[in-house]
Amino acid sequence: MISELQKIIKDNETIMSISNLYKSFGSNNVLTNFSLDLIKGENTIVLGKSGSGKSVLIKCIIGLLKPDSGNIEVYNKNIPDLNGAELDKIRAKVGFLFQSNALYDSMTVKENLEFPLRRHWLKVTQKEVNKMVEEALEDVGLLHTQEMMPAELSGGMRKRIALARTLILKPEIILYDEPTTGLDPITGKEIINLMNEIKIKYNTTGLIISHDMNCVRLAGDRIIILLEGKCYASGKYEELKTSENPKIKQFFN
Amino acid sequence: MAQAIIIKRFLDELGDMSRFSSRFFIEWFKPRYEIAEFFKQCYIIGYKSLPLIGLTGFIMGLVLTMQLRPSMVDYGVESQLPAIVGIAIVREIGPVITALIFAGKIGSSIGAELGSMKVTEQIDAMEVSGTNPYKYLVVSRVLATTFMLPVLAILSDGISLYGSYLGVNIKGETSSLLFWTQVTNSLEFYDVLPAFIKTYFFGFAVGMIGCYKGYNSSKGTEGVGHSANSAVVVSSVTIFILDLLAVQVTDLLGFN
Repeated sequence: MISELQKIIKDNETIMSISNLYKSFGSNNVLTNFSLDLIKGENTIVLGKSGSGKSVLIKCIIGLLKPDSGNIEVYNKNIPDLNGAELDKIRAKVGFLFQSNALYDSMTVKENLEFPLRRHWLKVTQKEVNKMVEEALEDVGLLHTQEMMPAELSGGMRKRIALARTLILKPEIILYDEPTTGLDPITGKEIINLMNEIKIKYNTTGLIISHDMNCVRLAGDRIIILLEGKCYASGKYEELKTSENPKIKQFFN
Repeated sequence: MAQAIIIKRFLDELGDMSRFSSRFFIEWFKPRYEIAEFFKQCYIIGYKSLPLIGLTGFIMGLVLTMQLRPSMVDYGVESQLPAIVGIAIVREIGPVITALIFAGKIGSSIGAELGSMKVTEQIDAMEVSGTNPYKYLVVSRVLATTFMLPVLAILSDGISLYGSYLGVNIKGETSSLLFWTQVTNSLEFYDVLPAFIKTYFFGFAVGMIGCYKGYNSSKGTEGVGHSANSAVVVSSVTIFILDLLAVQVTDLLGFN
């Protein structure tokens, strides 16, 4: 009984805690006192209008942007306080899937996947690298594309390869920046299924930025509504969908 | 008022560019050294530019000789044609024309490549992947342009002089031995050295400006086009400014 209780507590442990985050560009206040806890093993969706600061939030988390103030605590470290080397160690555990996929045009798929393994503190042999690349490509079902260039791939395949590159270091947290934007509904659903499979297979925690309602419905364990720079509402899809609050309703109609 | 804004924008840009360039001198000393990327860029920037640089150099030498010939004949100093052309090519025309062609080909390609990488978030992806994008992209390219342009300029000088030799022989007859003897006799060590040294500065400027424009490209395809275009324009103007400074310095040092 006690061990089960401990397991529940462990299962609900906060893996990342964002508190009182502020970020502005000139007079444009994008994030104003934004707070959010990510629960281990849960996919959290951040839903918001275009320009509401979703991408700014995710870039602050990965350290590409520095917030004006506030804390982003993960693995007992506060991201805005970290130097380059410390941030690099955190980034190995926190994967990032770019909206535009950000595959290197001049490199083959294999070279793209090998790129995150260039970290000097990662001591891996070429044999291990090959195995890791194959495993990541197998996870996304594209093992045959190793020697292809990104330009030869379809939009859905590029997204899968970008996901494989994110997965290569087996991150515990994955940040998805609008993973289904620009994809047709069928391919979009395939990517959502893949995200759910990855979550189950590797017990990853996800923070998904999206305004695609299919993605919100199918991939989100918990949904956060980002409005006016704050975490305006939080809950499960069904709870928010039935809300009478007009500001929440506008996302679901 | 509008002029004040333009001046402020220019000074802002100059300040940003200086900061961006000064980072190069800090970064290139520190490990990790991107040696493989440096050699790859040397191959792309140096070897692949050779046909274009060679062709323009050859035409330049040939045309210059043919254009100068009538005036030299009028003054009765036709026999000095190889010496005059040799000095003109080695001291000035060779390095500057090579640098301008180089700025057009390499400056624009670096500006467009880094610009599109910026717009498609590839530079951010590199940072997230644990690689310093400045070191990987900028340091390797700037070192490659700095070391490759002098080599290309020397080759271009040689090919230009060969073009000039053919130009001399179109309407006259000069043996190869006489032509090359006249060229080498007219040149001194202090003609060659400053011309050679300034190509390092030209190469650095082309690489750095191309990288700066690309790295700071604004969003969208228009931004990429603008980066490529302004990389060429600013590099070309900078080459002339550096040339002007180089001639003043060599004059002060008594090399002229």
